[in-house]
This record gives sequence, C-alpha cells and structure tokens, in this order.
Amino acid sequence: MRRLIACLLAPVMMTAPALSAENVTTFTLENGLEAVVLEDHRAPVVMHMLWYKAGAADEDPGVSGIAHFLEHLLFKATDKLEAGEFSAIVAANGGSDNAFTSWDYTGYHQRIAADRLELMMSMESNRMRNIRLTEEDVTTERKVILEERAQRTDSDPGALFSEQRNAAQYLNHPYGRPIIGWRHEMTELSREDALAFYQKFYAPNSAVLVVAGDVDPAEVEELAKKYYGPIAPTEGLEERQRPEEPPQRVERRLVYEDPQAAQPYVVRSYLAPERDAGDQETAAALTILAEILGGSGQTSVLGRALQLDSNKAVYTSAFYSGMNYDDTTFGLYIVPAPGLTLQEGEDELDAVVAQFMEDGVDSAHLARVKSQIRASLIYGQDNVTSLGREYGAALTSGLTVQDVQEWPAILEAVTEDDIMDAARLVFDRKKSVTGWFRKPQTQEVSQ
Amino acid sequence: MIRVVLATCFALIAMPAAAIDIKEVTSPGGIKAWLVQERSIPFAALEIRFKGGASLDPEGKRGAAYLMSGLLDEGAGDLDSTAFALATEELALKFGFDASADGFSISAQFLTENRDASVELLRKAINEPRFDQSAVDRVRGQVLSIIASDEEDPSDIVSRNFAALAHGDHPYGTKIEGTAESVAALTREDLIASHKDLLTRDRMFVGAVGDISEEDLGVILDTLLGSLPATGPEMPEDAPFLLKGGETVVPYNTPQSVARFGHVGIARSDPDFFAAFVMNQVLGSGGFGSRLMDEVREKRGLTYGVYSYIALREHVNLMMGQVSSSNETVAEAISVIRDEWSKMAENGVTEDELSKAKTFLTGAYPLRFDGNARIANILAAMQFDALPIDYIDNRNAQVEAVTLEDIQRVAKRMLKPENLHFVVVGQPVGLDASN
Repeated sequence: MRRLIACLLAPVMMTAPALSAENVTTFTLENGLEAVVLEDHRAPVVMHMLWYKAGAADEDPGVSGIAHFLEHLLFKATDKLEAGEFSAIVAANGGSDNAFTSWDYTGYHQRIAADRLELMMSMESNRMRNIRLTEEDVTTERKVILEERAQRTDSDPGALFSEQRNAAQYLNHPYGRPIIGWRHEMTELSREDALAFYQKFYAPNSAVLVVAGDVDPAEVEELAKKYYGPIAPTEGLEERQRPEEPPQRVERRLVYEDPQAAQPYVVRSYLAPERDAGDQETAAALTILAEILGGSGQTSVLGRALQLDSNKAVYTSAFYSGMNYDDTTFGLYIVPAPGLTLQEGEDELDAVVAQFMEDGVDSAHLARVKSQIRASLIYGQDNVTSLGREYGAALTSGLTVQDVQEWPAILEAVTEDDIMDAARLVFDRKKSVTGWFRKPQTQEVSQ
Repeated sequence: MIRVVLATCFALIAMPAAAIDIKEVTSPGGIKAWLVQERSIPFAALEIRFKGGASLDPEGKRGAAYLMSGLLDEGAGDLDSTAFALATEELALKFGFDASADGFSISAQFLTENRDASVELLRKAINEPRFDQSAVDRVRGQVLSIIASDEEDPSDIVSRNFAALAHGDHPYGTKIEGTAESVAALTREDLIASHKDLLTRDRMFVGAVGDISEEDLGVILDTLLGSLPATGPEMPEDAPFLLKGGETVVPYNTPQSVARFGHVGIARSDPDFFAAFVMNQVLGSGGFGSRLMDEVREKRGLTYGVYSYIALREHVNLMMGQVSSSNETVAEAISVIRDEWSKMAENGVTEDELSKAKTFLTGAYPLRFDGNARIANILAAMQFDALPIDYIDNRNAQVEAVTLEDIQRVAKRMLKPENLHFVVVGQPVGLDASN
C-alpha cells in the first residue's frame, strides 16, 4: 500500500549511487564550471543537466519564490531564442525538457538522442546569461506560478500544514520559507527581482554540468569548453552563507484543523545534521536509523510494534534525507488506528521509540538493510539518469564527487553503536516540531 | 547561430531506431513470453500482466481486486507477513502487485546471485497467498484510509464524479479502491475468489529483460505461472458513455477549480488511430508548444497545467482532458478549451505543426527504452494490447505516414465541441451548474 506515503510525506530515501569509477569523469573549466560525465552506452540517449548552486534558501527576505519564478522565466526569450522556443526546439528534436527548484539548487534538464547534445549545450549556455524578459512575460507567468501554488498548496490542507510546520521548524534559516513562496510576496515579484537573482547566481562559477548517457567524456569536455567556457563568471561570488539557526530552546506544537482534513495524523520533525563534505558518518547513521525505525510496515521497529503487533496505527514511517546544504530534519509519522485520538497515537509512537532507545538495534535487521544497500549498487546501474541527479544534487548541496562515491562504503560501515549515538543526538524535543492534523473538533454528540 | 544549428538538425534528422532485439520464448509447459537479454548488469526484470483486473470485481464487491493486490506480499505458503517481508529484504528482491481498471500486474526485479530463492518466494506469493485475517484487516485499514483521503482530494473528486456520470453502473463508473462500505464488507473468501478469478493463464502476458537465458526463463515461467487456473470469468460488457455536452459543477470549498472534460474517442484498431494520436500531440499533449498549453497557460496565465489525451481502455475509448484554474478564471479557461476544440475540428493542423509533432513523436519513441524494468513493462503492454512483435520497428513509420488530410478527417469526425462535457469541482464563478 504505497500511496499513503506518496500522498502524505516523502518516503525514506536509501539512495546510494553506484557506478564504477571508470564510468564517471569529472572536470572543471577555467571559469569555475564543474562537470560530471556518467557513461551508459546501452541506449543512444543522453541526459543533459545544468544545476545552479542557488535555490529558495538563497533568496533575499521579502521575495520568497523568486528562485522558482526565475526558473519559469528561463523558458521565455533570450537574445537568440523567442519565448517558448527553447522547449519547442527540444521537442522538435524528439527530446523532452523541464526544470526544478529546491531550497539549495535550481536545475534544468533535457533528455534527448545522444547526437543532439551539442544543440542542448548551445541553448543552455545561451540562457545562462542572456535572457530578455518583457513586463508582459513576467505578468503572465506570475499568474501561472500563482495557479501553481493554488493547485499544489492552497487546495491541499496537507500541503498547507507542511508549510506551517516547516516555518516553525526553522527559527532563522530560510529553509522555513516555502520554495514556491508565500502568496502575498509572490504577487509582488517583479522583473527586477528576477533579474537580480539571475545576474548574481546564473554564472559558470555557480553551476554544475551533469551529462549522463551514451557519450564520450572527452567530447563532452570539448563541447563544454566551446559553449560554457567563454562565459564570464560572476566576480566576488562567495560560498553561500545563510542565516544560521540559533539554539532551539523549546519544542513547538501545532494543531492544524481543516474541514477537508480527511485522515488525521501526527508528524514530528527534529532538526538534524545533513551530509557534510568529508563528514558524512552521522548522516549515514541517521539514514539507516530512518530505515530501521520506519522503512517497512512489515519489518521496521515502528511498523512491527504499531501496525502488526498491536494494530495501534494504520501507517507509520520515519524519514530523513541528508542531501541538504544546511541542517535538515529527521521525522516520525503516525496515522493512528480508528478510535485512537491523536494524543494516544503520539503517546504510542513515543513509547515505541523510547523502547527502541533501550533495546538498541537488532543486528539481523541491520544486516538486512546493508544487503539492500549492496543490491542498490547493482539495481542503480540500470538508471544512469537518477545517478546523474544524485551527483547534481550533491554538488549543489555542498558535497564533492568523492563524497558521493564514498557514500555507499560509509553506509556499509555504520555500526549499531553509531546508529544509537545518532539517535540520541537527534531525538531532542527542544529542537522538534510536533504537528497534529485533523478536522475541526466539534461538540461530541452522543450516538 | 542557434537557428542555423537548428536548421541543420531538421535536415539531418535520422533518429536511431531503438535497437531492441525481442525473442519470443515458449516454456516447456507452453507459457509464452517476450524476452530481451541484457547481460551487462547482473539482475533481471519480469513483468506479468493479466487482463481483467478490477473490472472483474463481482457486483457489490467493489474494491476486491485492489485489496487483494495489497495482500499478496502479506504472507504466503509457510511464511506469515513478517517472515515473507524478512525473506524479501534478505534477497533484496523488488516486486509489486498492482490492480488497475482493466488489468492486474506483477512486476519483479531480482539479482542473478539470488535468482532461485527469489523465484521461489515469488512463486509462493503468486500461487499460495495466505490472506491471514489479521493481514486482511490491517491492509483493509490502509485502504479505508486512502479512500477517506481521496474523499477530500479535488482531483479525485473530479475523476470520481466524471466516471460516475459517464459510465453509470459499469465497473468503470466507480473507483477500483471501492467505497468505505464495499471495502468494509469484503471477506477473506472474497479475496480468495478474486485471486482465483484474476490470475489465470488464458489472459496472461509476460515480458522479461535482463541477465537471463531463454532456458532459465522457461523454467521460471512454469514455476511461477504453470499452476494458475487455466481460465477465468467472462469479461464485462462495453461501457456506455452517458454524458452529453455541457457542464456539471460539483461544489467544493477550494480556491481553485479542477475541471475534467471529455467525450467519446477512438479505438486503437481504427485506421485513423495514428492520425488521432498525432492530432492530440498538437492539441494538448501537455508539453509546451501544444495549443492548449499555449492558449490557456502561456498566453493567458490561467493555469499551471492543461492537457488532453486519448484514453484507450478495454471497454470504452475516450478523448479526455483536465485543467485547474482559479474559481474566478476557470470559466474563461473552459471557454478557451472549447474554442480550441472547435478550431481543430474545423481546420485541423498546419504543415508546420504536423512536421514538428512527427519529429517529436518519432524522436521521443526510442528514449522510452531505457532500463530493464521499463522495457519489460513495454513488452508486456505490447502483448496486452495485441501489438505484433515487430511493432517497435514499424511504429515510427506509422507516425510518419500521417498526412494533413488524415488529421483533418479524424479531427472532424472525433472532436465534437458540442459533445464535450466538463465536470468542475470547486466554486467556479460564472458557470451554469445545470447539464
């Protein structure tokens, strides 16, 4: 029963990129552009991706959503392309293209026949510095992003709740702002706001090129030099430094009520360390902790105790993703069984976690998790595109190619003690947000 | 400079054909499968599909196939739910069981080093599911939770209402998950019956891709599928389409309306099917550059997404679409969509649009064949749809053969703005709520 996960929360990620070193090539251009080439010659296809080290967490206060808005505007005109022409040319060559914005990065990608790589590079490099925005384009596209917010967030009480929890989690860091933006700020986003963000961050020394598929790394480097090489870097662009979290001294509790809240649940997130370059051990332990606590409804600690043995929950999970530039979160989640209140559900969840802290990790369970990690190294080779995404996200989240390649071995080396140490570190209620999601409580009428 | 490159590209277009070498394998026990060998990675993907699926739910038992699909990995043979899950994790076996409106599918990926034990575990799940009462009740609870969530989801409300209005009492008229009432009433015996009805050898299609020989695949087919019942129940009748042109408003308190629209479509076997397919690429395939996206989003900013599609189903064929737009603007979005429907029906497409659509469709086709699981899926789907084994080699030629006149003819015949019915969920301004 997979859809619950998809509907309510991101699933636990056990991503472990795996491609033997000879299939991965890296180079850096003189203007600072970093590149990763992943070879897979099974099909004549290439994925061309350009990632910028700039996302919603790099926005100035007051213009939330500008990173995402700019992503939309990059499909408008440049000095050489008319509005919409970029995608039209990709399509006319049998390819598909899209883009995405996160807190830490913005990415653009095209999937196309491998012999069209040069055309993709010529166009993508062109729009790195040369967009031409009209007021009319900006006005129309702003309506589109407001419709996007209406569709994805404002029409979905679960999404609104998530936005509020996130804002409560981060007291000072811009991760507390929604990527799409707060509606009242989105309505005011201007052409000048977009261009300011563009001119600062859309530069070779802020970009990571990832090319994955049926390509020759030497040819990719030649093409990259030809198209991305001549572009001047943004001078004075330093490592990103966002406002940091102060000590979090008190737990936060939210009750979100909405008549359209169909399925009540409790979710708690704790501020947690992310993967850092050269220092991924704690993140690896937390990754495995999430799997052991809440990875599978049938075998995880929460699933067995609350879904199988006691029928106290319809669904439970634990989630953690270490791929962040700054502090991330570790989460616990329970949909209590019908008849249980949210307080009872939360108490059951806490009791199981407390018992786990006493019992420690079952070594057979850890062995199974590791055998799955090893298997993911084999299965992962079947999808070079997702490996490319892994590299792109890592390199724009403060990690290096070496960190990505060492990650499977670091996961493999995690011990039972490491997991318990990480659990003790992260389960600090002062750094947590606990959210209840339910319909408005009315006067109980006797049945 | 870019335009020069572009012109060159159009002149040079010769897309690589998908180099897919499909063998038809027949097992010693007589089970057929399509196989693509791919030895470079030590695992294989298997896709097994059965026709029927949730459309075979007996009257009053809606949701049986869906609940049954959630129970095949909840204990089988001598293994209870937990023991089965532990064994799966130890083998790093990946699998899924999925019921849809017209089919039931089994998708599996297993490592070469664990192949025998993986196949044995899958054999148990497919042939000897336990349906322990505790597992039935637990998974039922999950399904009821999904049904409750869907009750409040605008996209789900719109598709549920459209289906009910369009298809009435036919199984297509209700969701495959069933209702809270129908699911609550399902018994263990209903699930055993559903398993027996749905997984039968007379309607089974298999694709396999990866590190596996023809001989080994034959043995696996007999092991996994040889003991299933030979035949299953009759398929349902064709579904009616009961909606006339107009609009139906389903009031719901939300800032943005969701509209689903459609009328009768075209069969895959129709001589004009490919013309219709290319026509829809121009009209509303969802990508940038389609007329609907251009008019509703790019020019007017009325939506984040709008698309149309040809819905091919076993018992009905529809021409469908969907759009979301703020309550204040959805009436305008609907009016623009109707206009585009009319324009296409009257004038067809331009030479330039036809050429671009063909280049996209023929160029995009080979890009689908990436990854063992995806190819296994395509192989099973091709057989499910009764396509010939050389379809992949000829498919692009059928796209290329479509002419302006073909599209004009099929657009006039198929697109009927006056028959187009919009079901709108939300609080739309300026829409008449009557049919």
